[in-house]
Amino acid sequence: MRKEMDTTLEELRHLVSDRAIEGETMLLNMGPQHPSTHGVLRLLLELDGERVVNCVPDIGFLHTGIEKTMEAKTYTQALVLTDRMDYLNNLGNNLCYCLAVEKLIELDVPERAQVIRVILAELQRIASHLVFLATHALDTGAMSVFLYCFRERELILDIFEMCSGQRMMTSYIRPGGLWRDVPAGFEDAVRDFIRIFPKRLKQYSDLLSGNPIYLSRAKNIGPISGPEAVRWGLSGPNLRATGVDFDLRKSNPYSGYERYEFDVPVGSNGDVYDRYQMRLQEMGQALRIVEQALDNLPDGPVRSDNRKYVPPPRSEIGTSMEALIHHFKLWTEGFSAPEGAVYVAVESPRGELGCYLVSDGGPKPYRAHFRTPSFCSIQAIPTLVRGFLVADIVAIISSLDAVLGDTDR
Amino acid sequence: MSQVERAVQALQAAFKDKVLSVDEFRDETTVKLDRDVILDACKLLHDDEALQYDFLAALTAVDYWPQEPRFTVVYQLYSIPKRVFLGLGVPLQSESAEIDTVESVYANANWHEREIFDLFGITFKGHTDLRRILMPKDWEGHPLRKDYPLGYEEVQFSFNFDEIDDRKPYAKE
Repeated sequence: MRKEMDTTLEELRHLVSDRAIEGETMLLNMGPQHPSTHGVLRLLLELDGERVVNCVPDIGFLHTGIEKTMEAKTYTQALVLTDRMDYLNNLGNNLCYCLAVEKLIELDVPERAQVIRVILAELQRIASHLVFLATHALDTGAMSVFLYCFRERELILDIFEMCSGQRMMTSYIRPGGLWRDVPAGFEDAVRDFIRIFPKRLKQYSDLLSGNPIYLSRAKNIGPISGPEAVRWGLSGPNLRATGVDFDLRKSNPYSGYERYEFDVPVGSNGDVYDRYQMRLQEMGQALRIVEQALDNLPDGPVRSDNRKYVPPPRSEIGTSMEALIHHFKLWTEGFSAPEGAVYVAVESPRGELGCYLVSDGGPKPYRAHFRTPSFCSIQAIPTLVRGFLVADIVAIISSLDAVLGDTDR
Repeated sequence: MSQVERAVQALQAAFKDKVLSVDEFRDETTVKLDRDVILDACKLLHDDEALQYDFLAALTAVDYWPQEPRFTVVYQLYSIPKRVFLGLGVPLQSESAEIDTVESVYANANWHEREIFDLFGITFKGHTDLRRILMPKDWEGHPLRKDYPLGYEEVQFSFNFDEIDDRKPYAKE
């Protein structure tokens, strides 16, 4: 067990005001076991009545040493750990890691695999934003939205299960392509979702966007200016809500995002309401990308045929000695990557997800680091909550959409 | 001249022999700098009108133990207006694993530096809040160092079950 609770006030002296020492303001602990801290986030609050004077976030309760563990795994084995970081963006994490490995070993990915990756990544974005919307609405007092969002999310998870056999820990995107091609019913399932979802999206908007109770909890709460948000390293919808137009899918496209037509919603106030609007609109845009990708889904292989890095299909192993050798080598020793370091950043539902991968020429990553968007979002919480009420903290945390698995790794 | 070349030239002009090397790998440019100039380099890249590296994308470290210089602190900077990345690397000797904080230029460096301090044991001079962040505060050692073992669960057999149970770290009563 952590002994963090033993931290004395003296150690945090520089983070609270003098009034806290005199006992004029109250120090209150919030979390880590608190329903609205979205996981195991702990906040130490300094309160003047109901007003927040200072806030000290404390993370690390979900630290599992993924970066350290990766150093002991081959590149293929390390992939499964990426699922377990941001548990609402499993396929996005797979994608980021695979892009880094592919950049390191200069591996080409077939066209069909690229398009399926985009479809899955965008569906994952919708699923993640649905969880955001569900929990955000719950935190601001709307129970029914929670139930509706989880109903739609289930449709997406069914699609993931259809492809990978898993609803969440997919490990479906692999270096060089995909684990295997999508099954026969995939296209129909995605088309069904495209048909159903726009109507539902409008319903969510109708439930919240003009709702006076919601507006009073969200408008002008926890605002941050554009330059300040950049200074704090916010990215994704949290940054775009402030009016800064920065989306890696547009600015530094990967996986063929430059071919799709979509808009990047940009807000102006950077408050809770704008962050909510960004995600609501992004779901619609993600759906546009899915539709375009599905219309232009080419035929062909879904895995690179470079046998030095990508295992041969099962059918070949029975007939080809060479395929058997490659299979054996890849599943025992793994492949070696040339010496060097790469940094790859993708747009996850929460913002810039980066993978910094160092190779020493061996079959295991010498160092793998993940730049996770939630880490920066949580860091900005004190700036956002200062001066607001305790009840607003709940709305602000949920509007940042931080995932603690993503933060702590 | 590309945006990245412009940044590299600006760094070379300002810091001359303090720029140790410029590496190109897979279309990524990493500038190795002496640790004395890191804060000034960040200020230059951040404030220059033509460069505008306003976003600290990632800040991490790599341990090359037992080689010397042992550590490299790696900065990934991004320019939102110009849409380009630039990597900075600062090698550090193991006996003086200390470097200036860049918190004053990029506010989010605060937690990233705490993470490096926690997991690598590199100290950041002038940091406002250098405490452990991911590991418990009474933790010994720095887990991401290469000489720190990965750790494992000791297997308990019937003859030594109690002996191992005594030193196993979990809540007892």
